[in-house]
Amino acid sequence: MLQPPTKRYESWGRYPRVEPCGVIPLDWRAELPDFRELTASVLPYGYGRSYGDSCLNANGILLDTSGLRRFIAFDDATGVLRCEAGVRLDDILNLVVPRGWFLPVSPGTKFVSVGGAIANDIHGKNHHQGGTWGRHVRRFELVRSSGERLICSPEEHAGLYRATIGGLGLTGLITWAEIQLKPITSAFIDEEQIRFESLDEFMELAQDSVDDYEYTVAWIDCFVEEGRYIRGHFMRGNHRQAPDRPEDAKRALPLLVPFNLPGGLLLNEYTVRAFNTLYYHRQFAKRVRKEIHYEPFFYPLDTIQHWNKIYGDAGFLQYQCVVPVENDNAAIKEILSRIRRSGEGSFFTVFKTFGKIDSPGLLSFPRPGVTLALDFAYRGASTLDLLERLDAVVRAGGGAVYPAKDARMSPESFHAFFPAWDEFSAFIDPCFSSSFIRRVNGEDAS
Amino acid sequence: MNRRPLVNHTGSVLIFGATSAIATDVARRFAGGGATLFLVGRSAEKLSALRDDLLVRGAARVETAVADLTDIERHQRVVEEAKKSLGTLDQVLIAYGVLGDQTASETSVETTLRDWQVNATSTIALLTLLANELERQRFGTLAVISSVAGDRGRQSNYVYGAAKAALSTFLSGLRARLSKANVRVITIKPGMVDTPMTAHLKKGPLFAPPEKVGQDIHQAMLRGRSVVYTPGYWRGVMLIIRLIPEPIFKHLPL
Repeated sequence: MLQPPTKRYESWGRYPRVEPCGVIPLDWRAELPDFRELTASVLPYGYGRSYGDSCLNANGILLDTSGLRRFIAFDDATGVLRCEAGVRLDDILNLVVPRGWFLPVSPGTKFVSVGGAIANDIHGKNHHQGGTWGRHVRRFELVRSSGERLICSPEEHAGLYRATIGGLGLTGLITWAEIQLKPITSAFIDEEQIRFESLDEFMELAQDSVDDYEYTVAWIDCFVEEGRYIRGHFMRGNHRQAPDRPEDAKRALPLLVPFNLPGGLLLNEYTVRAFNTLYYHRQFAKRVRKEIHYEPFFYPLDTIQHWNKIYGDAGFLQYQCVVPVENDNAAIKEILSRIRRSGEGSFFTVFKTFGKIDSPGLLSFPRPGVTLALDFAYRGASTLDLLERLDAVVRAGGGAVYPAKDARMSPESFHAFFPAWDEFSAFIDPCFSSSFIRRVNGEDAS
Repeated sequence: MNRRPLVNHTGSVLIFGATSAIATDVARRFAGGGATLFLVGRSAEKLSALRDDLLVRGAARVETAVADLTDIERHQRVVEEAKKSLGTLDQVLIAYGVLGDQTASETSVETTLRDWQVNATSTIALLTLLANELERQRFGTLAVISSVAGDRGRQSNYVYGAAKAALSTFLSGLRARLSKANVRVITIKPGMVDTPMTAHLKKGPLFAPPEKVGQDIHQAMLRGRSVVYTPGYWRGVMLIIRLIPEPIFKHLPL
């Protein structure tokens, strides 16, 4: 079962580049190895869509869960789906959308596993109404290295349930999960895009949209002149109420970026500024309304397979933080200003407000406030220094940085961001570990 | 090639070696169209996991039988059970096999013959029964997974290749015979596929995902084609490999 890696097991940011010592492909729930007999720690690995090192286990063993990709049960009447942990969200969408159901929470890509969605307690554009993914997980099976197979739910093994949601794969192996889907009448979204010119205008739009729009998100340009913090497009939408018509055939254009592009040539301060200016002006009207299929609305980047390779061989870091809305948004202004002055940063900066709904996981990232996510091409120490300075602002502002996207936060930052660590650590399975968790506990450098 | 996909097959589908990655994908495509399936495999637990998946995906009904098909005595009973469950045998797929270990086979007669029993003898035995069933029925499709490896013996896996060559040749004759009874026989020749059977092999660009191969097989079964290379470029690759003269071929590290 244990074998040397036969393909690259990397994270989406392709940084850091570390190798597991072995891989165990899991193909059947009934056929699992005895983790205690292995000589190294294990970590479940799905499709490698975490950005940093939370899905990596340098010199350890990865449990490749992509073979656990079967449905178990689906009740058309109630929208309750039970499936194996390696089932991808696009598998679910292909099955349930024609039957009038939808994911309770949609992240930015549909190519993630159900197990990964739980382990990172992912969020989406509907956080202000639906909360995180974990809130819609009715129960799951957790296999511990002791050999126990525990059914965890808010009622049974509730501690492990709360630790495993957002638990970064460290509490054991999730083999299957039961998800509550939500009903829809159409595969289309009624979308409205509104241009805004300032942070205040964004905050106002976000506030006004909380009750009437299920999905909200903004793209921002943070490279405008000093003194003005941002401009951007605010996108909000709801599932269309009118049922689909035969002419609503979907359009999707798969496009590949198969090679590592020379990142330095394509991505620099000038191209990023030019792109942002063009993107901002793509819409002349203040407001544009349209009907859009759910795929381009939720997963625009999924049409470019391996878009992560545009950052070249050095890889990239994604930075996502959340800070509470207080002191006239001083923290978020400081962060934006630092990014602008650094001249680094990505084509797309995503901006959103999280709502007040509690995240169920002990280590869940989402909490009330403004969240911002953007990519930085990895350029060595200068990139790391900038992000460390951003962390300091987030710490002072009482916020947090998202582990699923992190490859560099310091142990001090991690423990400041996740005060429930002590309670969580009691639930870690002794045979499970990851590069991320060793790093933020100062255990080793990889 | 821009053919329209064919209409759903809502009839019966019998699959031997159903829990393999390729067979699973083919089964899912038939299930999505509302077919009734009968699955044969070695593990009750795996068959049951696959059965649940196919029912969620829309299969009208799924029944299973546990059998080790190298046990040729067992074939007749399994075919009878399938007939009883399905009524008619509309679509039949034989998808079991073992890749084997070429190096181990070279030093062990036992290993060579054991793999041969799986890939050639038992499959040919099963085909003999099924051919007569379908001939009597006077309709149906019989698809069998052979391999590009059977197109020419290469030093890296000629034991596996020879068994697949025997199978391909058998199927060629069977196709001609059964064509008179309106029964279609399909030889499927996959290249390298990224499945648990090849989990230990280093993956390169020539490896196809099982979904691609499954799609090709499903379409071939619905269309009743004769010999199918999947992915299609293997037809060209194997043509070149077959054309290399033996005095040169024996020196190639293939």
